[in-house]
Amino acid sequence: MGSQQVVKSIEEINARIRSGEAVVVTAEEMISIVRKKGAVEAARKIDVVTTGTFSPMCSSGAFINFGHVTPTFKAAKVALNRVPAYGGLAAVDIYIGATEPTEDDPLNKVFPGEFRYGGGHVIEDLVAGREVVLEGSGYGTDCYPNRSLVKSFTLADLPFALLCNPRNCYQNYNCAINLSDKTIYTYMGTLKAKGRNATYCSAGQLSPMLNDPYYRTIGLGTRIFLGGGEGYVTWHGTQHNPAAPRGENGVPVRPAGTLMLQGDLKQMSSRWLKGISMQGYGCTLAVGVGVPIPILNEEIAAFTGVSDEEIFTQVVDYSHDYSHGIARNYGEVSYADLKSGRIEVNGKSVQTAPLSSVVRAREIAETLKKWIDDDGFELGVPVKMLPNGT
Amino acid sequence: MYKRIYVLKFPKENIDRPIICKLVKEYDVEFNIIKADINLQQEGLIVLELIGRKANVETGLSYLRSVGVKVEKVAAGIRRDDDKCFQCGACTGICPTTALSIKRPEMAVLFDPEKCSGCGLCVAVCPVRAMAVCLEERVALTAAG
Ligand code: SF4
Ligand code: SF4
Repeated sequence: MGSQQVVKSIEEINARIRSGEAVVVTAEEMISIVRKKGAVEAARKIDVVTTGTFSPMCSSGAFINFGHVTPTFKAAKVALNRVPAYGGLAAVDIYIGATEPTEDDPLNKVFPGEFRYGGGHVIEDLVAGREVVLEGSGYGTDCYPNRSLVKSFTLADLPFALLCNPRNCYQNYNCAINLSDKTIYTYMGTLKAKGRNATYCSAGQLSPMLNDPYYRTIGLGTRIFLGGGEGYVTWHGTQHNPAAPRGENGVPVRPAGTLMLQGDLKQMSSRWLKGISMQGYGCTLAVGVGVPIPILNEEIAAFTGVSDEEIFTQVVDYSHDYSHGIARNYGEVSYADLKSGRIEVNGKSVQTAPLSSVVRAREIAETLKKWIDDDGFELGVPVKMLPNGT
Repeated sequence: MYKRIYVLKFPKENIDRPIICKLVKEYDVEFNIIKADINLQQEGLIVLELIGRKANVETGLSYLRSVGVKVEKVAAGIRRDDDKCFQCGACTGICPTTALSIKRPEMAVLFDPEKCSGCGLCVAVCPVRAMAVCLEERVALTAAG
């Protein structure tokens, strides 16, 4: 990095944010700035690039402390709105996971199942301010004699609620097709037989991790937009794989890095945390995330200038290859191709549909920009960087 | 497999007859009740998804008409709840009529009720259930018509 012509620190950028001088643009706006002015000039002018993504993100959930009661109670089994939560933490600490279905959900017994309500919907109900009913049972101890509990509460009543997502913000993801001769229902949506449609799930040029491909700025302590409130990157996510193959521009062409994210649930809103039902697959949570990227030098400016034409992913068959762990693909396509609505697979033109909301991703990037410009939202200084494969 | 959504209006003299049972037994047509508003002494209204071989569905529908049920295919009956819709675009991949489509380059997801055939495919595909069969609007329309 010694050869960089522009060198800024996050502290310097924060000082500019405090004095109202910081120049903040969204990742989409940065594309033309880097194209017109070049990376060095862009790095001089721009302090922060804001990113965003809003899509179903499994591996999400919330830690909740529901408060002590009398007689005292220690949760052994517990459910929120009939969705089982994990109580094996302490007396009244629980974790509700996004993909947990309702206790008596018919699941896939009548295929494809609808999965109308689950952990993600409980979290959405909480942030929407709706009342949630907890039912729990305990085995009774001398210090916690109470054996059963029914309690309703709203988010405001809870002593503690933390959104804690062990894996969010996948850096790139597969484009899914179905080459079998019957419709299949997957976490990538409904896929018609014989490859007649394809789905993909990334905000592309707006996506946080695609704008900082080697995690030069994103690390433990990066302050972010999470579910409409303030959150933090607290570790790399599960399945974080920096060794995934990359293009010449450094951007992975397969699912690669991931982030573990946390934030105070009480600050969040149901506009940015939505319970999701994927037909035939299950329920989960759509999470809105935005990461501000400090432009510390021209290398990072160049990275944030990446556009959909320069981001590629592989086309994967979800009827057989994915479920059997077969590492085969049916070619690589760019996000510009995917967003055009048609790609070519095996010489045939196939219709594409997104699962990730670009409109909302853009809104998150704009909101984050506003937070920095108007509310003095300062950037977190990472205390530890994410594993980057080197 | 043929799958269509119909609004059935039952005249009040027929409301307690097991018409739907007969549809299943004699015409081999399965159904999902999407909405029902039945009041004895009054006209009844059911939004029904009929599933079966096309010929069976059609003869079943003629039977319904023969016993005085008014049958209408749901067209404008699908509505989008714009507060729920988060503009993901998942529905655009399965909508057969392009009633749900993407405006480029913004990637905004548009819904044009004029183009909607009422097939109902989007209802279960939409991950936040923003697409719903809207009975009220249909009633208003038929009342006006
Ligand atoms: S009901 Fe069918 S035609 Fe109408 S919007 Fe939904 S998928 Fe499209
Ligand atoms: S699938 Fe549902 S949420 Fe997504 S764009 Fe369509 S209507 Fe909106």
